[in-house]
Amino acid sequence: MERDDLIEYSLHAHHSEEQGKVLRKKIYFVTALLTVVTAVEVALGAFIHQSDAAWPFVKWSFVIMTLLKAGYIVMVFMHLGDEKKSLRYVILIPYFLFMLYLIFIALWEALEIGHAWSTYGGA
Amino acid sequence: MAGHATELDAKTLWGGKESPFQTSYGKLMMWFFLVSDALTFGGLLVAYGFTRHDFQGAWPIGEETFNSLPFLGHGYPLIYVALMTFILIVSSVTMVLAVEAGHRMDKKGVIKWMIATIIGGFFFVGSQAWEWSHFIHGSEFGKIELADGSQAIVKGHFGELESFTVIEAGKHHKKGDVIKQDLMHQFQHAAEKGHLFALKDKLNEPVILLEDGSVAKIKKAADHEMVLIIKKSGKEHKVGKAPIKGKEAVEMYYSSLYSGEPNHVIYGANLKQNEYGPQQYGQFFFFITGFHGFHVFSGVVINIIIMLGAVAGTYHKRGHYEMVEKTGLYWHFVDLVWVFVFTFFYLI
Repeated sequence: MERDDLIEYSLHAHHSEEQGKVLRKKIYFVTALLTVVTAVEVALGAFIHQSDAAWPFVKWSFVIMTLLKAGYIVMVFMHLGDEKKSLRYVILIPYFLFMLYLIFIALWEALEIGHAWSTYGGA
Repeated sequence: MAGHATELDAKTLWGGKESPFQTSYGKLMMWFFLVSDALTFGGLLVAYGFTRHDFQGAWPIGEETFNSLPFLGHGYPLIYVALMTFILIVSSVTMVLAVEAGHRMDKKGVIKWMIATIIGGFFFVGSQAWEWSHFIHGSEFGKIELADGSQAIVKGHFGELESFTVIEAGKHHKKGDVIKQDLMHQFQHAAEKGHLFALKDKLNEPVILLEDGSVAKIKKAADHEMVLIIKKSGKEHKVGKAPIKGKEAVEMYYSSLYSGEPNHVIYGANLKQNEYGPQQYGQFFFFITGFHGFHVFSGVVINIIIMLGAVAGTYHKRGHYEMVEKTGLYWHFVDLVWVFVFTFFYLI
């Protein structure tokens, strides 16, 4: 299925001035977004301490903001969003499946090991 | 799909076969490389998470550890890393503008934005060098082991060392000499070795045993707003309690520092110990930020090579600027990794 609203990125498909303008507008939008999100993260990090009641909420908001930033970098700056769907999924799906598995298994195991240390002692 | 091949331009074909994703060989391989590199960084950050989760004690907190700015001293939590992040984001933007110019066959635009990207890259590498240096040298207070065996990091403003007046001659210094140079270095060196002494009720009259065997009186301005944050529990002071402030903090800090016993204080960081937290923390800092910094450095080198190629007109003659796009992918990836390092190492 061909879509004519996407700007073609294959080897010899040169962009016109008009297409360039559209792309630059998108780039500036993402720049502003990344800057604002980073500023929000720093403000939260500097003013909310890890002992505060709001910390767990802030911590998860960091994770969400990070994934948001990463998504925009990959999809717009690396324009994976403009590549063929099959390429997009070949890159993203195996990576995400493996990382989710790794994060789950490593953190779960770490908590168990930490628990064992504190129960049975050790250096 | 079978009928699809006939619609393809011959130039997008690989040697004989249809390109499966309608991208060139080089770009696809760059993506595969980036996925494998992302797995490496993912593995490192997960290993960091593992260590942090199984560690039984207080893990360093980003806003306490990284709160300094060049020339301005400390008290600026996370501002410096935020600045580094911003530099890298901006250089990622200039890179994507170079790629965009390449797609319009705008040679001048490509060169201009590539140069901007390279400058941004150098700024980032330079910032990281400062940060490493600061991390290794540490704070003026260091981490102190208190009388009850607990350990605390110290915040506040260190009162300046004014002079050492020799009261007992050694190999180099005569009695009555006033030393005014390299005071901080000698002071910290003596502190680590347990060569600072004062009587408990006379903490404001400390003496130092210098390297050459001479003994000198220390003249030092008062500290301001000293705060002790317990990072390892002892008999009396426990992790997680309110920070110790005021006169009490000053007395506890100096009765340990001036006790004349070695290894009561740690300044900065090396691979064996650091003033910020457990040994693993320093090791992960060096490895993860170092590996990322190595990527930034190699990215800058690759960018310079590609920029020279653009200046020479190689890509213009070739009819496309895909080399710029490929190096751009690598550069954005470096930015992408930093976004995660920033969150999981500095913020959380």
